[in-house]
Amino acid sequence: MDLLGAVSAFYTAISGLLGSVVNLDQPGHYLNWGFIHISVANLIVICLMVLVFIAAILLPFPGHRSHKGGDSD
Amino acid sequence: MTDQTPEPVSKYAGHPEDAKMWTARVRKGVVGALPPDKMLPDRQPAYVASWIYVFGMATITSMIVVIATGCILALKGPQWWHESGFGHFINSLHLWSVELFFFAMVIHLWGKFFMAAWRGNRSLTWITGVVTFLASIVTGFTGYLSQTNFDSQWISTQAKDGINATGGGAFFNVLNFGQMLMWHITLMPIALVVLVGLHVLMVRHRGVVPPLPAKGETIPEMTAEVPS
Repeated sequence: MDLLGAVSAFYTAISGLLGSVVNLDQPGHYLNWGFIHISVANLIVICLMVLVFIAAILLPFPGHRSHKGGDSD
Repeated sequence: MTDQTPEPVSKYAGHPEDAKMWTARVRKGVVGALPPDKMLPDRQPAYVASWIYVFGMATITSMIVVIATGCILALKGPQWWHESGFGHFINSLHLWSVELFFFAMVIHLWGKFFMAAWRGNRSLTWITGVVTFLASIVTGFTGYLSQTNFDSQWISTQAKDGINATGGGAFFNVLNFGQMLMWHITLMPIALVVLVGLHVLMVRHRGVVPPLPAKGETIPEMTAEVPS
């Protein structure tokens, strides 16, 4: 029960911290351009995915070393 | 146990007189297509050392967390996940691992699309990926309908209006909570695990797709079929 209590307290603390940054206790915000209708939350997620995609292509992979005669399939 | 190390092929071949039995033929086919060294290779090609190649595994890892937290939610039930602190925590883990699952899967999809990952006899790998993506959307949707809150009621009525407008009928009745819950916790997870399993087996069978060649460069795989 102590572990569960600790997890619950941690969860409450994190929820409170995030809640103080972004107030989720209200209707969502939406953007409209003609027929395009999208929530700000979804737009943020899409932008994040594009950023992570670009970063995944550009950033070097850590610890990369070439193997002579490595698998070539 | 014999003193001599047997030939790798003979280990699976069985007795010659049994060669025509369906068990021998299936075994030969499976081991031929999916030999153990392909199933769990020690090394990957050098081009796999790129961040863009990690998102398939990130998707699977997220799915494992989704399934594990889903099992806990199923064990404890709606009252627990609505009213207790730990229930809220597991419910949130379930939601956020789904968010990560789709996040990683979409980047995986973009990466594979832009490197034309269907090359080299990999069309079925691509197709199972597409079907998995669609099945994941159905799973996520039935999950939203299984929340047992006002949000799920709102989504279900809106979806019912949408399905009625398309003439979709009521075989898949989004207002039937029991049916949606069963789809979410039995049919769709089974379908997803099978699809992902097939997808991974095909990746292992054909190998990880190489990046597109630079201008003027040719990769042997672009012109020749990958041996099966």
